[in-house]
Amino acid sequence: MSTTTVEPGSAGPKTNRIGLTVIDYKGGKTTLCAGCGHNAISERIIEAMYEMGVEPEFVIKPSGIGCSSKTPAYFMSRSHSFNAVHGRMASVATGALLANHKLICIGVSGDGDTASIGVGQFVHLMRRNLPIIYIIEDNGVYGLTKGQFSATADLGSKLKTGVVNDLPPIDTCALAIQLGATFVGRSFSGDKRQLSAMLKAAIAHKGTVMLDVVSPCVTFNDHEGSTKSYKYVKEHEEILQEVSFIPAFEEIDVQYDPGATVAVTMHDGSRLHLRKLEEDYDPTDKIRALTRLTEAHDKGEVLTGVFYVNPKAPSFTDMLNMVDQPLATLPDSLTRPPQEVLDACMEELR
Amino acid sequence: MATTDVVPRGSTGSTGRTRIVNDMSIQVATVNGSGSQSSNTVLLRSIFQMGVPVSGKNMFPSNIAGLPTWYTIRANKNGYIGRKKEIDFLVAMNPETATEDVMSLAPGASVLYDEPLALHKLRNDLVFYSVPYDKLVAAVCPEAKLRKLVKNMVYVGVVANLLTIEMEEIEKAIRKQFAKKVKAANLNLAAAQAGFDYAKANLEKRGAFYIERMNETAGKIIIDGNSAAALGCMFAGCTVVTWYPITPSSSLVETMIEYMKEYRIGPDGKATFAIVQAEDELAAIGMVIGAGWAGARSMTATAGPGISLMSEFAGLAYYVEVPGVIWDIQRVGPSTGLPTRTSQGDILSTAVLSHGDTKHIMLIPCSVEECFTMATDAFNLAEQFQTLVFVMSDLDLGMNNWMSDPFPYPTTPIKRGKVLSKEDLDRLGGFARYQDVDGDGIGYRTLPGTPHPAAAYFARGSGHNEKAQYSERADDFENNMERLNRKFETARSFVPRPEVTKGNNARIGIIGYGTSHWGIGESRDQLRDEYKIETDYLRLRAYPFTREVHEFIEQHERVYVVEQNRDAQMLSLLKLDLKPELITRLRSIAHITGLPLDARSITDELTSMEGK
Repeated sequence: MSTTTVEPGSAGPKTNRIGLTVIDYKGGKTTLCAGCGHNAISERIIEAMYEMGVEPEFVIKPSGIGCSSKTPAYFMSRSHSFNAVHGRMASVATGALLANHKLICIGVSGDGDTASIGVGQFVHLMRRNLPIIYIIEDNGVYGLTKGQFSATADLGSKLKTGVVNDLPPIDTCALAIQLGATFVGRSFSGDKRQLSAMLKAAIAHKGTVMLDVVSPCVTFNDHEGSTKSYKYVKEHEEILQEVSFIPAFEEIDVQYDPGATVAVTMHDGSRLHLRKLEEDYDPTDKIRALTRLTEAHDKGEVLTGVFYVNPKAPSFTDMLNMVDQPLATLPDSLTRPPQEVLDACMEELR
Repeated sequence: MATTDVVPRGSTGSTGRTRIVNDMSIQVATVNGSGSQSSNTVLLRSIFQMGVPVSGKNMFPSNIAGLPTWYTIRANKNGYIGRKKEIDFLVAMNPETATEDVMSLAPGASVLYDEPLALHKLRNDLVFYSVPYDKLVAAVCPEAKLRKLVKNMVYVGVVANLLTIEMEEIEKAIRKQFAKKVKAANLNLAAAQAGFDYAKANLEKRGAFYIERMNETAGKIIIDGNSAAALGCMFAGCTVVTWYPITPSSSLVETMIEYMKEYRIGPDGKATFAIVQAEDELAAIGMVIGAGWAGARSMTATAGPGISLMSEFAGLAYYVEVPGVIWDIQRVGPSTGLPTRTSQGDILSTAVLSHGDTKHIMLIPCSVEECFTMATDAFNLAEQFQTLVFVMSDLDLGMNNWMSDPFPYPTTPIKRGKVLSKEDLDRLGGFARYQDVDGDGIGYRTLPGTPHPAAAYFARGSGHNEKAQYSERADDFENNMERLNRKFETARSFVPRPEVTKGNNARIGIIGYGTSHWGIGESRDQLRDEYKIETDYLRLRAYPFTREVHEFIEQHERVYVVEQNRDAQMLSLLKLDLKPELITRLRSIAHITGLPLDARSITDELTSMEGK
């Protein structure tokens, strides 16, 4: 047998901290339209999970119904998915995390799936602070049924058919902040850097992360008159902060100016740095966040950034005070009380 | 309204010449929110403690305070504990309904009333007793605001005296009822004693009814079906409960919370369960399904309106093949219907709940003991068959007090079904989620969090092939639906078998289920004793129907299907299963009044259909 010499610099494919390659985080081939913003979001999720070194087998990907909710098929095939019913991903995700609180849950929904049919479950998920990364892939229209308005469509936005939306939008970020989500932001599927940093911070956060990602529908909502088109978003985007993320496992000492940057230490010790582009913005102040979001609507801005973050609030699964081992796999000896317990119960009823 | 929907059938009581021992129903007519529940429980327990078989049924309004409510206690030496139509002893505490309550009694019945109501003027064929409650209460209860509550304990004492219930047993029952509140116990005991003494000194017993000591309740317990189900679920290894309050199911989960806090929290203070009150029934079932998918033994409890809301998710669980247990404590529909009255009205819609070709396993308990034992059956079947299992209880069973033998400790092991572990996957290399490897229609599943690269599959409510991949191919769809059907056929051999009771060479069969059982048993005796009609009886305990059901129908010329709904729902389900020549043998006895089905109604209808 000959000796194989390995040249320096050709040490095989690059791996992350748990020894997996980016291929290990890939999904099936997308069946969405070419240029769909959703595909870019799937790519960012793959990168973020890879770079954070998350074990794919411990990730679950529940989703609802719609174009957005199909995307769990296009990333992380080594993770369990549950493509459930329309507007009800939230409850399925909640149940799964009750069964196994150790899972990392990335729930994918759309604007119709969340703000229209799913708004009931959405608001209750937010108030529980369930540990989930809830992503709305937000294009303002129903794609699979060929382009009707959803409840996030802006006032005055125009459909391809010329129909003008005459109702105000539901701002899912404002709702989430008001109701108790502890990490709320908006991004744009075309902003690779910002979305990546926000997703990595989301993975580090223990509590409800609600990210509304504006993701243009190239087929039904990318025309003149739409407020969710690539062109409109690029022209009207107002970036609140420059978002950067330093994971706990990277021993990097980043210099920053405390006057110009808000530094947030996450649950696992990683750091979120928000370099202020608006001087007086404080992402720990709910009232300020809601005021700024209202201003953005009045001015016709597409405001992006981390609007609100609170890494200290207890998550829903913490509050339930469950045993450490997932409920799903508890042995019978812990889930079926002994004969003496039944005897005692019977005695009380005599 | 009065709850005795009867035309008097002739005298059952008398005015002192005959003695009727341990066979009567006592009805207390009162106003809800007046605290009469404690008094009624004491009365029930005292009779029970004297060894006489007894049952208690609460007929209450969908209201918190101020509307009429009736509590009926039936004592019966033969062990008949179903509802009896006729009331033998009325305790008229509610001025609003007193006249109607008295007018609907059969001649010979006794009436105990508050003196100022002067009910004795209404009829001359009843036995009347009057008691000056306010005077008696004032003497024993100095605190004016407690008098309303204590007043009810006075009638307990009076009834005890008039029906010869022993005062020692009343005391024992009061001590149990107010176990930790000695002061309350003493006050109530004084009130009962005042009633007893007043009756002894002032009332001459003229009614025919007596309670005498027997030995038929030794070792037995008294419990409602919802509490029994809660206990059953705890011992079935349930780990996740998600629910939305709805009458008459709420007490199932509320009792379960109490039991789980007591017995399923470890010494370290950590819980081996999660119980979450959801925002609605849609979320409750969504959580059940999410938890079942991720490996928990999960459940919810609801009633008809909740079942309707859960329809879409039920189809998802059927098609994705996710386990979960749903307790349906049936009440009267359609729509809001009568939320506090009982029915068996969800049978047909639950069997096929959701759109498309969907079928569900249903278990049907008739007793509190079955509420307990079927809990383990339900969780095991749900995980073995990777599907929802509906336990079809009802308000009568769930919310009323029933006498029972103590529940046996479950001998059935906790069965988790076909779940592949990391080691299995190491050995197999991979798996196809919906492949029928064993020929029983049931595939193998993995749980999220299984540390193997081939563990994941894509659970989806959209069309899929054996590998759980999205597919719109006709053959994939058809194969999958046929396999699901095969799985349902397999379930026929695993669900609880029916209980068959044979008569003497009977040509007539009766099929019943759930709480109809109690009326049917008594009716069969009436049919034999009064009409010389022999019957065989099959009590269904599950859907899909097992082989025994077909055989039973084949063995009888006519089969009466007795149930508590309008549209003969179980009979309709049977028709879907039976050979055409057997369908014509079925007759329907379907009752829907909101009150538990009584024996006399069955007997009357069956004999009339038999031309008697």
